[in-house]
Amino acid sequence: MNWIGRSLPRLEDPTLLKGGGSYVADRIGKAAAVRFVRSPVARGRILDIEIPSGAIVFTGKDLSDVKPIRSILHRPDYVAIGQPVLPVDRVVFSGQAVAVVVADDPALAEDIADQVFVDIDAVDAVIEVDLALIPGAEVVHPEAPSNVLVEGRMKTSGLDQAFADAAEIITLDLRSHRQSAAPMEGRAGLATYNTATGRVTLTASVQMPHMLRTGIADMLGIAESDLRVIAPDVGGGFGQKMSLFPEYIVLVWLARKLKRDVAWIEDRRENFLASAHGRDQAFTVRGAFSREGKLLGLDANLRSNVGAFSCYPVTCGVEPLMALAELPGPYDFSEYGALSRGVATNTCMMAPYRGVSRPMLTFTMERMMEVAAKRLGLDSIDIRRRNLIDAFPHRSPTGLVYDQGSYRQAMELALETIDLPAFRARQAAMRKQGRYLGQGLSVFSERTGYGTPAYAARGMEIVPGYEIVDCTMDPSGNVELRIGSSPHGQGLKTSLAQLVSDELGIEPDRIRVISGDTDATPYGWGTFASRSMVIAGGASKLAAGKIAVKLKTIAAHLMEADPESVTLKNGWAHISNSNKAMEIGALARAAYHQSYRFAGMSPGLHENAVYDPGGTFSNACHIAIVEVDVETGGVTIERFLVAEDAGVLINPMIVDGQIAGGVAQGIANALFEEVIYDETGNLLTASFADYLIPTSAEIPEIEIVHMETVSPESVTKAKGVGEGGAIGAPAAVINAIVDALSPFGVEIFELPATPQRIRDHLRRAGVSTHG
Amino acid sequence: MASKLSISLTVNGQTYGVLVEPRRTLADVLRDDCHLTGTHIGCEHGICGACTVLVDDKPVRSCLMFGVQAEGKAIRTVEGLADGETLHPLQRAFIEHDALQCGFCTPGQIMSAVALLSEGRAGSADEIREFMNGNLCRCGAYGNIVAAIAAVASPPDGR
Repeated sequence: MNWIGRSLPRLEDPTLLKGGGSYVADRIGKAAAVRFVRSPVARGRILDIEIPSGAIVFTGKDLSDVKPIRSILHRPDYVAIGQPVLPVDRVVFSGQAVAVVVADDPALAEDIADQVFVDIDAVDAVIEVDLALIPGAEVVHPEAPSNVLVEGRMKTSGLDQAFADAAEIITLDLRSHRQSAAPMEGRAGLATYNTATGRVTLTASVQMPHMLRTGIADMLGIAESDLRVIAPDVGGGFGQKMSLFPEYIVLVWLARKLKRDVAWIEDRRENFLASAHGRDQAFTVRGAFSREGKLLGLDANLRSNVGAFSCYPVTCGVEPLMALAELPGPYDFSEYGALSRGVATNTCMMAPYRGVSRPMLTFTMERMMEVAAKRLGLDSIDIRRRNLIDAFPHRSPTGLVYDQGSYRQAMELALETIDLPAFRARQAAMRKQGRYLGQGLSVFSERTGYGTPAYAARGMEIVPGYEIVDCTMDPSGNVELRIGSSPHGQGLKTSLAQLVSDELGIEPDRIRVISGDTDATPYGWGTFASRSMVIAGGASKLAAGKIAVKLKTIAAHLMEADPESVTLKNGWAHISNSNKAMEIGALARAAYHQSYRFAGMSPGLHENAVYDPGGTFSNACHIAIVEVDVETGGVTIERFLVAEDAGVLINPMIVDGQIAGGVAQGIANALFEEVIYDETGNLLTASFADYLIPTSAEIPEIEIVHMETVSPESVTKAKGVGEGGAIGAPAAVINAIVDALSPFGVEIFELPATPQRIRDHLRRAGVSTHG
Repeated sequence: MASKLSISLTVNGQTYGVLVEPRRTLADVLRDDCHLTGTHIGCEHGICGACTVLVDDKPVRSCLMFGVQAEGKAIRTVEGLADGETLHPLQRAFIEHDALQCGFCTPGQIMSAVALLSEGRAGSADEIREFMNGNLCRCGAYGNIVAAIAAVASPPDGR
């Protein structure tokens, strides 16, 4: 055990730093350029598409043999919607691709696309989630006349009694506006056609290469073996690149149709218009509290705007069903009722985005605790102490089983680290100078690394969850680890190499991790949902463990010792209590070249393993300290602290990078980022000039302290950590703003708290400003 | 198709003679004509900074400059930083401080940082944060990027 727990520099870095990264756009060579013509309106009937003469342009009519994307949930309350790769008769959101242009270079393709005239009879669109639910609202899809595509309900038997017994009932209306994952590299695909075999290779900037192959093969009606999907270096995804988009199906269709290589590199405007959004949610929640501040029951009406289509493969149930199942979060109460709906609108579709629903769920519960404390005259920390889960395994009112965690302890550690009494003194002193500082806290659970049972419970037609890993030690003692996971910036290759190093007793640089190629890796589900370290890590450890057993058996045989007495370390197999040792490379060579000597053992060192865990909950407490400028409504974050419990840290440096990165996106959610449509469905925020991603000037140093609760639910003892930062930060920042503005009695229930919104609150509270 | 112009530019010390359409950006010319794909295009409207290169030692967003404007200029890109296998101090510092995740914005970050250091404006972490705010990093590695640049600006051992 000597590599796990080290902040090993990432094996991925040197190449990326020299400009040697290989992203899709770096690979297109002489491929023809593809440009999509997109609907300028949100809703309407396609009357005509005029194509300039001589141009290579295809429309939905040309692709009539391609099946629509149809993402399925087996639930009576789910309405499956077909998404045509290119629509023939009607458009349902602004930016929907309606035609595709192929030309010799991208500029020319763009010129031609501008000359394609799309005649659409535009009609009124429905954009806002609560407007879409009003009876008589415009209908996005005739199959769903109420606009509800999925609806989950539950109610425990004692909920009504809990409200009858309550000393205080808190009702909150909360709103999270729409966000985009906005990876620095947009979507991109290169489809190359092999004229000898007719096989197409799609190199694409995606998180789920195997799923993409399945989806495209299904829609085109071809065998999966006729398609290879490669995910090369991927410039961030954060969930946005895990769905099957029509553009990729069109690319493969074009390569087959034209028998030539074609490439599409999305521009930033397209990414905002037509990739995927998330977080557009409106919740109404009632909490029943006892006089002592114990949460007795919770009743919730949860609406998620899922846009115009249902993302494949996880469906538009991903936000609403996550909301239904996980609203209770880190709090221990038994009575719960909820109605959670996914509502169609004429907007870009919702797809998973780092955190999926949980930023809003955490925002909801943490605002609830703050308001309840105020209403009951309790300390806001004390009320959490009285409600946080403290016994394990814990069964939530929705039936989720939480493994060992440290909900209370992480909060106490965070409070201790931040030194709350000292802050309160400073806050009081600053207020006398007219400066408004505030401290805000959030506690949350992050469900990570869940296998097939969790997805099957949602009724998914396609049930992800497990990972298969192939591990081969070659005759020189070096290892190839082939994974179905598909990292895109998480440093997973380094972390997995560390895990496998400890299993096999060799240095990490002798381990090559191969991912993102359907020809070279076992079928897997890619990287999303904070799953790869837990699941691909678990399968890697198990597969390498099988090779370790063989190495030890060989060593014992060759050195005439008991296999139990063999340890693998620093490139050598040692026999304990002796001076006997052999190099692991020599054992590996023997496994291949002297296999006849090892009776009962298969030749070579090639093993695989599957891991399909039930899931494990990470937990954390975030504390933000902010200053609000009451003149401008601007917020400065002075300090941001994370007390994280993600189990055993395989590479602490990488873990901290994941946490800090998530916090940056969570701060963005709290203060800056908002995808805005006008009432006709025209996107107003289609550039980085309008959609404000935070920069180095807005994101403070993120302080991180760790706890390490070891869970039996993860074979590596690691828990997932990819999303927590984004989940906890919005609530902590808003609670801090509310604390800063407590002299004015401002309460905030809407994300993001932009300067304009904060100024509106202050104005309503009677705080004047100049001008 | 628009007519092409013949231009000559020096990139990382090497002279390139290329035939380009006037409307193509410097980023396009570097990537497509000089085959230096380390310069990445993130937004094409001058905000994300991923395409930052040095033009006569000044940081420039290569998506906002036409290729033909680079006629006779000396360009430096991320490919020109390492000396063979020996990494530039900033490249080493980015590894040590975990200042990158997906790596897409990284070439632009590093080129901006090279300019920042040569202009002598990396006096404090706050100054670095302010100066570097023209380079977006969606993975949110800002703290580590600042730390990496600060370490090169004022090495702890006084090198």
